[in-house]
Amino acid sequence: MEWDWAFVWQIMPPLLEGLKITILATVLGAIVAAVVGLVLAIARRSPSPAIARPVGLLADFIRGTPLLVQLYFIFYVLPDIGIRLSPLVAGVIGLGTHYGTYAAEVYRAGIDNVPRGQWEAARATNLSIRQTWIHVVLPQAIPPMIPALANYFIAMFKETPLLSAITVLELMNQAKSVANSSYRYIEPITMVGVFFLVISLISVVALRFLEERYARVDER
Amino acid sequence: MIDWSGYIGLILQGALVTVELTVMGSALALVMAFTAGLGRMSRFAAVRALATVYIEFFRGTSIFVQLFWAYFVLPFAGITLTPMQAGVLALGLNVGAYGAEVVRGAVRAIGREQLEACVALNLGRYHRMRHVILPQALPLMLPTFGNNAIELLKGTAVVSLISLTDMTFQAQVVRAQTGSTLIPFATILVLYFAMAMAVSAGVRWLERRASRGLDGMRV
Repeated sequence: MEWDWAFVWQIMPPLLEGLKITILATVLGAIVAAVVGLVLAIARRSPSPAIARPVGLLADFIRGTPLLVQLYFIFYVLPDIGIRLSPLVAGVIGLGTHYGTYAAEVYRAGIDNVPRGQWEAARATNLSIRQTWIHVVLPQAIPPMIPALANYFIAMFKETPLLSAITVLELMNQAKSVANSSYRYIEPITMVGVFFLVISLISVVALRFLEERYARVDER
Repeated sequence: MIDWSGYIGLILQGALVTVELTVMGSALALVMAFTAGLGRMSRFAAVRALATVYIEFFRGTSIFVQLFWAYFVLPFAGITLTPMQAGVLALGLNVGAYGAEVVRGAVRAIGREQLEACVALNLGRYHRMRHVILPQALPLMLPTFGNNAIELLKGTAVVSLISLTDMTFQAQVVRAQTGSTLIPFATILVLYFAMAMAVSAGVRWLERRASRGLDGMRV
């Protein structure tokens, strides 16, 4: 079987349609992950072990089990208890919580890197805990961790094909449906690979830029 | 009332396939990690380029796409793989690419003075690596290798989509036959987590072994 360029152009519209969903899922997933990660990181630092312990265990559990099974869990089990989610929403929640646990580790490292003196100064100036986090700690902790977070978001982008397993019509699923109706696998699957490779390579360049821009902690 | 014992047996059969895939995939990944990682530091530009292309390609696309490519596209090139072979190949090559960067980083982290000492002692390239650099670099690699092995274990769930009867596939079978969703999925989540814990415990043990005799060194 030969590579057929005419066929490639013919299947381009559905693939681009799928790419849009893939990118949408990545962006929404990244937002969820950034928020979930922050909540987990702060909860894990809680002075009360009744909060810190279970949260830590939960994060380890989510990080130690496959995303695909978690997606199945969200998509198939939650409806039994009355929570019915659309495939895309289930997928975004799955991606977001899974990568949120990774993001939490990044946040943790970033927060640990804020010097003790900053916490003490915040206390000395009578800031509340909320003010300390929002005005002192996070503004200093977040910029240096942007490259590491971006790294995980690129990883998340590469995991989005898993959403096809819960019937989200993203890039991989479009390719599969094209392949199943035309019995040609070479072009659709290869094009999916090419799309992912190109976007990943571009994001790696963007990542280098972010590292240049934000990762200089010592000069502060 | 559903008779669960048969279904649990089915899931355990799947667990065996998952373990098998993880072990074989890790073995291939380890080989690829050292080959590509050392290849990237080769004297020959061609070998360096080849290793770089391999690493960037496999890190740039997801395991899912690679698996489908191995299973659906390679047959057209005359290479027909069983799902198991495709799974081991895709997982091993994918995780191997990540491991290669770990190998490279760890070897780079060994101080220059070690290399100079080797030159002073007139050790050849092979002996330099085998007896001086790698024994010191290994303890640095192991923690990340452990994480990579867990990533590989998690990656095995994807092979259920090319009809390999691993744990995730069996859970879907149980779901289809019983209509129960919570029990099969909760069971396999716990089993996956237990396997991940076993891997990290094993790696910690290896770490202790590999750093034996290196006390007082900068590791």
